[in-house]
Amino acid sequence: MSEVILKIENLRVEFRGKELGQQVKLAVNGLNLAVRQGEVFGFLGPNGAGKTTTMNVLLGFVNATAGDAWLFGVNVREPIARQRIGYLPELTYYYKFLTAEEILRFYAKIFCIPKGEVERRIDAVLRLVELEHARKRQIKTYSKGMQQRVGLAQALINNPELLILDEPTSGLDPVGRMKVREIIQRLRNEGKTVFFSSHELGEVETVCDRVAILNHGELKAEGRVSDLLRQHQQNNLEQVFLKIIGYHDDSKSSGGNLQAA
Amino acid sequence: MTTANPPAETCRLPEALARPAGASSWTNICAIAGVVIKEMYRRKDFYVLFVLTALITLVMGSVSIFNEQGIVRYLKEICLFLIWGSSLVIVITTTARQIPAERENRTLFPLLAKPVTRHQLILGKFLGCWLASGVALLIFYAFFGMVAGAREHHWPVLNYFQAITLHWFMLGIVCALTLLGSIVFAAPSSNTTITLVVTVGILLLGRHLNKVALRLSEPGQTVVYIFYYAIPHLEIFDVRDLIVHNWGLISWPIWAAGLAYAAVYAALFLSAACLRFRRQAVN
Repeated sequence: MSEVILKIENLRVEFRGKELGQQVKLAVNGLNLAVRQGEVFGFLGPNGAGKTTTMNVLLGFVNATAGDAWLFGVNVREPIARQRIGYLPELTYYYKFLTAEEILRFYAKIFCIPKGEVERRIDAVLRLVELEHARKRQIKTYSKGMQQRVGLAQALINNPELLILDEPTSGLDPVGRMKVREIIQRLRNEGKTVFFSSHELGEVETVCDRVAILNHGELKAEGRVSDLLRQHQQNNLEQVFLKIIGYHDDSKSSGGNLQAA
Repeated sequence: MTTANPPAETCRLPEALARPAGASSWTNICAIAGVVIKEMYRRKDFYVLFVLTALITLVMGSVSIFNEQGIVRYLKEICLFLIWGSSLVIVITTTARQIPAERENRTLFPLLAKPVTRHQLILGKFLGCWLASGVALLIFYAFFGMVAGAREHHWPVLNYFQAITLHWFMLGIVCALTLLGSIVFAAPSSNTTITLVVTVGILLLGRHLNKVALRLSEPGQTVVYIFYYAIPHLEIFDVRDLIVHNWGLISWPIWAAGLAYAAVYAALFLSAACLRFRRQAVN
């Protein structure tokens, strides 16, 4: 069995309101998770379930109230834990006054990639995301899809072992979504580990080895997609997801009421 | 969050990735500073201020009233005042927007997702803003020096050197103070206003605080004295008279002590900014 490269134990994250008397918001509660090398892991949940907060803890943006998390056996609070990961945020924004090439060179410098290697890596990732033609243009002239692809390129510049993607296809057109899906498949074939959140459940079903479903900050289900389908006796992941988060289809009754009205 | 050991079955980060901490810190700080400098020369603010200051300096340089040579001193004083004002505006506005813009544009997230510490981010921003202000200062003084030298046929290079270095180190204190402000205040506009008021306040009133304290009764006297000894006395860096009146040089040990004084205050403000930013959630 391959090694665990992402481990979360009893993670709890609370947010305190800045105003006096505001209640404490529990974003993640007692989360345990392990992702193994080479897996494509789907991290699912409705909006506000705690997916992005968990990712923020993994990336050191937010401190956990309790519990611990490790990347490659290094506590996530250590910056070196992020040396072998690539991260694509949900909304990709980069320094608009820089060109794609300059952004990639900047991040390559931070990863201490040897000078001789930098240009080769930049060429490779720009070819992968099909942005070679626009490499010398400033980001402010890019479309949303192109910016998302720059995001993917910067996430891949250090040839990461683990990719953390926060809703990588959100806001993209069908072609853009297909391209991102192809890239994830390609990375899986190269043996990379991908940990990503998405609301596109059809896409998750296609590309993921395992999924975890989060609701109200708690882990509700985890396992292989086929196992979850069997366990919950459903035909697709969307139905499993809706069942797990406790969604009831009231459309028939409301439809009737509308007709009556 | 506890600092428990990693679970036994987790794989380890390859040994090859354990980079020398000092070297990588410096690389990160320089990389971040490089982006700040690039941003500055790709924006228009600096050019607008430079062109305005250059125009006024040129006009002042060409003015001749009743062939009175003494008038040159007044013109020099006005031009240097302009340079001081422009440099303060450039350094405060550039520094104040650094961290808030990173948050607002969400560029902070991909950056902090890399092996970059928050201290490195703060130091990189400081270095970038300080170097950029140094470049601006050098251009301003070079232009002013040429115009003034052409009128007076006198080139006091060492006077200029002392004035520029002291001015630049004073801007270092202001830059660190503004960075600290940008961690405390969310809006760059409020930070800019507050830092500008504090800086101008210290420059104008800093040296008089002890006299004010003498006239007060307790506990007001102690409070004002604490302020007097705690604030960085930016006015000691104002050696414009060296250039205006072509006075003799400041003794070099005093000049060096001035630079050290600035370095200590800048380090104090930067440490406070790092401490404050260290545990701040950036979601």
